[in-house]
Amino acid sequence: MIELDKLSKVFGQKHGTKQTTAVDSVSLTVEEGEICVFLGPSGCGKTTTLKMINRLIEPSSGRVLINGDDTSQMDKVELRRSLGYVIQQIGLFPNMTIEENIVVVPRLLGWDAARMRERARELMAMVALEPKQYLSRYPRELSGGQQQRIGVIRALAADPPLLLMDEPFGAVDPVNRGTIQDEFFTMQRTLNKTVIMVSHDIDEAIKLGDKVAMFRDGKLIQFDHPDTILAHPKDDFIRAFVGADHTLKRLLLVHAGDAADDSPAVRPSTTVAAALEQMEEDDRRYLVISDESNHALGFVRRRDLRRIDPETPIEEFRADFVVTAGRDENLRVLLSRMYEYNTSWLPVLDEEGGFLGEVTQESIAGYLSSGRSRGQAPATNIHSPAEVG
Amino acid sequence: MTPPTLRRVLGGLLGIAVVALLILWIGPSTIARFRADLLYYTGQHLLLVACSMVAALITGLGAGIALSRPSVSKSAERFMQIFNVANTVPPMAVLAIALAFFGIGGTSAVFALWLAALLPIVRNTYQGLAGVDGALKEAARGLGMRPLQSLWQVELPNAWPVIMGGVRIALVINVGSAPLSFLIGANSLGNLIFPGIYLNDPSQMLLGAVATALLALVLDGLAAWLTLRLSRHQAPSERAVV
Ligand SMILES: Nc1ncnc2c1ncn2[C@@H]1O[C@H](COP(=O)(O)OP(=O)(O)OP(=O)(O)O)[C@@H](O)[C@H]1O
Ligand SMILES: [Mg+2]
Repeated sequence: MIELDKLSKVFGQKHGTKQTTAVDSVSLTVEEGEICVFLGPSGCGKTTTLKMINRLIEPSSGRVLINGDDTSQMDKVELRRSLGYVIQQIGLFPNMTIEENIVVVPRLLGWDAARMRERARELMAMVALEPKQYLSRYPRELSGGQQQRIGVIRALAADPPLLLMDEPFGAVDPVNRGTIQDEFFTMQRTLNKTVIMVSHDIDEAIKLGDKVAMFRDGKLIQFDHPDTILAHPKDDFIRAFVGADHTLKRLLLVHAGDAADDSPAVRPSTTVAAALEQMEEDDRRYLVISDESNHALGFVRRRDLRRIDPETPIEEFRADFVVTAGRDENLRVLLSRMYEYNTSWLPVLDEEGGFLGEVTQESIAGYLSSGRSRGQAPATNIHSPAEVG
Repeated sequence: MTPPTLRRVLGGLLGIAVVALLILWIGPSTIARFRADLLYYTGQHLLLVACSMVAALITGLGAGIALSRPSVSKSAERFMQIFNVANTVPPMAVLAIALAFFGIGGTSAVFALWLAALLPIVRNTYQGLAGVDGALKEAARGLGMRPLQSLWQVELPNAWPVIMGGVRIALVINVGSAPLSFLIGANSLGNLIFPGIYLNDPSQMLLGAVATALLALVLDGLAAWLTLRLSRHQAPSERAVV
């Protein structure tokens, strides 16, 4: 866990030049295993805040606590070696091979050669780069995306619990950026690293952030789950920053389980008369059928039940689902699927096939305009769209 | 044969041809006549160069590194301007000054040659280090290198080609200026050149001059090779400044 406590930085104090308050009393807490994204326009103090954490910049006032320990009491160099750091320009050392670059921190920590060798290979495997082929190369012999990956695993080499990243994926083209972000996200969740990442890309923040810290003029304006920021921007500045299409952006963050309605399901033994009556009452054209343990079996259409003996059980008219939705799939994926199959609804099923409700155009619109947001929902495990395809 | 090998072979052949032509021009008899002198004075010449270059490397690299440290970055430019102005003082004037301080002999010569070689080394060391990408220095610091570790592992290796450029300029200036030390009573290939002029013996003078030039070329080639060897990571195009 890392805690910033009224952290401030004023530049230009010593020489009596014009003073700039780059960071103004920022307080926030990032829990273990979370990704926190610092977001905001250029010059708002994101980098300065980040660098005060590993003391590349000394705070003018305020404290940084890592697992409760005040970093100002630690040796600066020891502190930096215990934290991972990825700079915006990647900053691989051109005079060292990829292997030497990766093990810079382990070497500073005095690991033995065999352990460093093994660690380098392990990390390369994690980003799907063939060790034999790349370890003995020099940075300039790698593509931009490959260099970026090396920059990230170099920061991870000594297995630091906390990773500081300053626009780590800024230098990669948009297509590769997506891939590297997904890869990074998987790695972060697997290794359970706490990450603080600077970005000025709202989409990156939505994709990776468990928490987003919105900065303006050195002040922390809002600190929330990305969906809460999109759904409830605190002021006009943030509303403008998240963009006019912020509701559409939420599609990535909201899951089927959140937006499902509480449609009823009926048993296979239900009679046609009862089923028709229920459809009439709810103004529906279909009903989901489930068994006693709420296991979804299929559905019946109203048009199939017309002019049928009212006492027949609906079992005979059961149709199989064409497509379904998983609980953790995001709305963007679901909408795409609904258009693909030209259907207006999807049954939402849990991992065992249990019926949770239906996602329809109306239920989606209802959720997005309801004022609820993922960050405010009772704490569930943390999801991100990066987990899905 | 790959093109680089071909080039090397051609270069070698050209070199041999030039040397053969020079020997013809000077005349094999002259060389035979001055054989002992040539060997002796080449040795003396090299001794002057070695002493003054070692001193210049130690002080020059040291000063360049010191000037590039962040703590003196404000005054570094002013220091460099002084160095640059000093650099325009001609070697003859430096010799005269050295003479005034150390009198006749080898010490004056080494001092003058040291001063002449010092400036390009300091300048290039400073500029090479100052020119290292700030991102690299930040990465080094951020990953937890101490200042000396950053200097040794990151800054110097990346400034190496520029520094070596200065060392090579210094070396050529040094080898080329060393004959002048004859004038203040130190031994060098100047001991062939100047008597050659005074005694109106062009072949003797030529022998000394050509030997000096060849020495400069060979030492420069050596330095170029060293630069290449110690900067494997540079792209071939960046290295082609031989
Ligand atoms: N060393 C410094 N001396 C004086 N002012 C500085 C210094 N570093 C940063 N600043 C100022 O502090 C403010 C915040 O800078 P910072 O680098 O933290 O911005 P940022 O949010 O990271 O911006 P960007 O997205 O452009 O990287 C800016 O106004 C900047 O000019
Ligand atoms: Mg920045």
